[in-house]
Amino acid sequence: MSNDATYHGPSEVVTTHDVHHDEHHVHHHKETFITKYVFSQDHKMIAKQFIVTGIVWAIIGGLFSVLFRLQLGFPNVDFPILETFFGRWAKGGHIQPEFYYALITMHGTVLVFFVLTAGLSGTFANLLIPLQIGARDMASPFLNMLSYWFFFTASIVMVSSLFVQTGPASGGWTSYAPLSALAEASEGSKVGMDLWLVSMALFVVSSLLGGLNYISTILNMRTKGMSMTRLPLTIWALFFTAILGVLSFPVLLSGFILLLFDRHAGTSFYLSDIVVNGHVLDNEGGSAILYQHLFWFLGHPEVYIIILPSMGIVSEVLSVNSRKPIFGYMAMIGSLFAIAILAFLVWAHHMFVTGLNPFLGSFFVLLTLLIAVPSAIKVFNWLTTIWRGNLRLAPSTLFSIGFVSLFISGGLTGIFLGNSTIDIHLHDTMFIVAHFHIVMGVASFFGMFAGVYHWFPKMFGRDINHTLGYIHFWVTMIGAYLIFWPMHYEGLAGMPRRYLDLTPWVSFNKFQTLNEMITIVSIIVFAVQLMFVFNFFYSMFKGRKVTSTNPWGANTLEWTTPINPGHGNWPGEIPEVHRWAYDYGKDGREFVMQTEPIGTNESKDH
Amino acid sequence: MTTFFIIAILALGFLITFQIAKASEYVSVLRGLEKARRQSNRINAFLLLLFLIGGLIGVYFCNESLKGRVLGEAASVQGEEIDLMLKITFYITGIVFFITQIALFWFAYKYQESDKRKPFYYPHNNKLEVIWTVIPALALTVLVGFGLYYWFKITGDAPKEAMQIEITGKQFGWEFRYPGRDKIFGKKYFRNVDPANNNPMGQIWDDAANRDDIWMEQEMHCVVNKPVKLIIGSKDVIHDVGLSHFRLKMDAVPGTPTTMWFTPKYTTKEMKVKENNPDFVYEISCDQMCGKGHTGMRGIIVVETQAEFDRWMAVKKPQYLVAHPDKDPSVKPAATDTTKATAAAVIIEAKGNFAKRKD
Ligand code: HEM
Ligand SMILES: [Cu+2]
Ligand SMILES: [Cu+2]
Repeated sequence: MSNDATYHGPSEVVTTHDVHHDEHHVHHHKETFITKYVFSQDHKMIAKQFIVTGIVWAIIGGLFSVLFRLQLGFPNVDFPILETFFGRWAKGGHIQPEFYYALITMHGTVLVFFVLTAGLSGTFANLLIPLQIGARDMASPFLNMLSYWFFFTASIVMVSSLFVQTGPASGGWTSYAPLSALAEASEGSKVGMDLWLVSMALFVVSSLLGGLNYISTILNMRTKGMSMTRLPLTIWALFFTAILGVLSFPVLLSGFILLLFDRHAGTSFYLSDIVVNGHVLDNEGGSAILYQHLFWFLGHPEVYIIILPSMGIVSEVLSVNSRKPIFGYMAMIGSLFAIAILAFLVWAHHMFVTGLNPFLGSFFVLLTLLIAVPSAIKVFNWLTTIWRGNLRLAPSTLFSIGFVSLFISGGLTGIFLGNSTIDIHLHDTMFIVAHFHIVMGVASFFGMFAGVYHWFPKMFGRDINHTLGYIHFWVTMIGAYLIFWPMHYEGLAGMPRRYLDLTPWVSFNKFQTLNEMITIVSIIVFAVQLMFVFNFFYSMFKGRKVTSTNPWGANTLEWTTPINPGHGNWPGEIPEVHRWAYDYGKDGREFVMQTEPIGTNESKDH
Repeated sequence: MTTFFIIAILALGFLITFQIAKASEYVSVLRGLEKARRQSNRINAFLLLLFLIGGLIGVYFCNESLKGRVLGEAASVQGEEIDLMLKITFYITGIVFFITQIALFWFAYKYQESDKRKPFYYPHNNKLEVIWTVIPALALTVLVGFGLYYWFKITGDAPKEAMQIEITGKQFGWEFRYPGRDKIFGKKYFRNVDPANNNPMGQIWDDAANRDDIWMEQEMHCVVNKPVKLIIGSKDVIHDVGLSHFRLKMDAVPGTPTTMWFTPKYTTKEMKVKENNPDFVYEISCDQMCGKGHTGMRGIIVVETQAEFDRWMAVKKPQYLVAHPDKDPSVKPAATDTTKATAAAVIIEAKGNFAKRKD
């Protein structure tokens, strides 16, 4: 279908844009440190800002998980060093319950929103959208810059909440009301919760500014010949991600605003019939479950906001490194579309045991299991893509293969949970923790790593050390399965999540050695991530310089730019596109770039 | 000191790895990048195969060593149905798991880069797409069908003869109320909650149905093979009544009562033998994050025979009498020698009443 001669690139818009930026280039020498590195409007620099901030957050979030895993693995051991660092939060070298819950809350919030949403979409949407569609920058570079700075401000507020007297929010990343609404119910529901809400509100603004920009850029600024069906799958994935975010984040924000009212304005949106600490509250008529509906209306799409960019990256990386077209390009777009639609219609599967009407619940069961169909299609298409390919197993390829493996494992456990009957038993147990860490947490990280290893040369003009990349992959892959696979069994035994000591429980105290093993492996995996971070920054400055503009022999437009492209990306005119992005191995040629016109003798297939 | 030691070892390991990585990079530059790349390609392809084999062995080993620690047979009729669903899903997803994982790693190994192979230009095949849309859809239809059948059965109305117990979560513990011999819970209102004056549930004393309601904490009793219906509520934040041996759970939501019913199959005593664990008890675990004491929010259910239950219930005093000692015949300031006799009479009367309600 990429053979057809139709194209619809708004070429006029692009031309005016051209002129603007060519002028800009003339004045290039006027750029100061501030405009180049801090308040930059260059999408490539903003991408770098997102990834560096994301890395900082990932280290913080990961460190928190090591701390609370210490408690889970060794509930009866004292770690005096913890008291040295955290004072009364870890009295006697023992993590206090409030501190434990603050740690898991911050871990979840930071990794879900700040790392896997901002760090992932922010980095790759910014880097790839203009480069792969053939645009000089985003539709609005200024809003794009604001998007980063709102994220930065949200980060500052979240960090500051770590230092308040009563501690940060501690109601879980979902912050269910009324626990999050009542300052009397928990230390973390005092000022820490307000800061959490303010930070998240700023984050929503950042995400909306970014998302609207990504959507308008993809729709309006494609270069000549770049029809929608010639876009690389990375762009399609980022496109649906942005749509999901734009339609669901505002609902979350509305939920948070109602929560702020309940906290400070005496309203009763979520509160009714409450006696907390022997103190009878006046609120009547609110619904605690309303909060959950508002939260999960974002919460479920959010998990796809996290996974879709990784799916796009993996599709691209697997095709390039198999030297073979992605199998079923249209089916891949179709399944992304189906996932995006269904993602809005399944939120109540997180609420099967809240007293939800069972009849209503049954629709959510049906729609939830329906979402497994497009997921399965994607998996089979990836498998067929590598089948009979000629696989170059670069670190990016390995992480992509790992992604597919994890996505299969975690998707299949989703089928357990989507069936409400089984969810009655498994809800809020360690099975959930295993499910979503495999399918979302680790898998999305793998997609992100694949992207970093693949586009590192484009970002920094240098290559990242591959040997460390291989070590990084193998330790993380083996570690992820060691940590999360056995966790399913704890969940099957009914072990609740968010418990900090299982020893007093007759039903759940049988997993002590397993918990120790998991903790030790997590520490090793965390150390290896630090090694990756080191590799990242070391290679950024000292890595081997890239000598070719197209080191992977890929078809897409970003590899037609100079090795270190300036603001505006192409020194001359933006290239025109003549074919889809996946002509690998066609007519015996290793790869055919999108800019090459269709030859007269070229075979017609595809 | 040990912590310092561990950090030092980690740092050292880190340094060594980094030096090796750097050296290998130099060596590969010297030997020719292309050659080095091909070698690492072969190594990693082999490792992928190894990972597949090791992984499959690991999955088997993990299952063997942990399946004994997963709870034994479900202790409720509803739990059996849930276990059956689990089993069906386990086999269907298990088959898919093995096929796809083996294909993934085998392809990655088999189709590693080689000069002899030309990659196969194969952009699409609609027939294949249809096949792997339809087959998962059919499998999922089967699962949804079974699932919803049991879902409606389990969440449907409790049988009329079910024993009713009210369970209320609070930070951090469980409270229970039995309706007493009239089998009707008296009305309550949250503003009346006043534990200091012996009204922890906020019962409205003017409601006659409240006169015989019995209140207790932390431990609840019910009768084997007799359906129990729990009426679940919360005083402060959301909690969750988690009954892992019965395979059930339901949230306790302030302001919105929920219900759940089940039929226990084994008494606690029988379970001690079955589980081969003299310490066995049915635990209620709070399964919804509710604050700093969440981990310790443990309640206990004692499942026993009807006779044991009646004996236990017979000595319980209605909360109305606890709150109104003046109305309690057993504590009436009377002649010292008659007190005991009156108390005994009350107990006998109560026993008679419970015997009556058995029918
Ligand atoms: C085959 C597809 C999937 C199905 C049927 C499915 C089903 C479910 C269900 C029913 C739950 C709620 C369980 C409970 O709390 O009792 C759940 C939890 C979760 N799922 Fe999935 N899932 C699927 C794939 C995914 C994917 C692709 C992601 C993310 C990329 C994901 C992320 C999550 C997360 C984060 C949670 C837990 C949220 C929390 O309670 O903290 N799932 N899944
Ligand atoms: Cu969901
Ligand atoms: Cu709780």
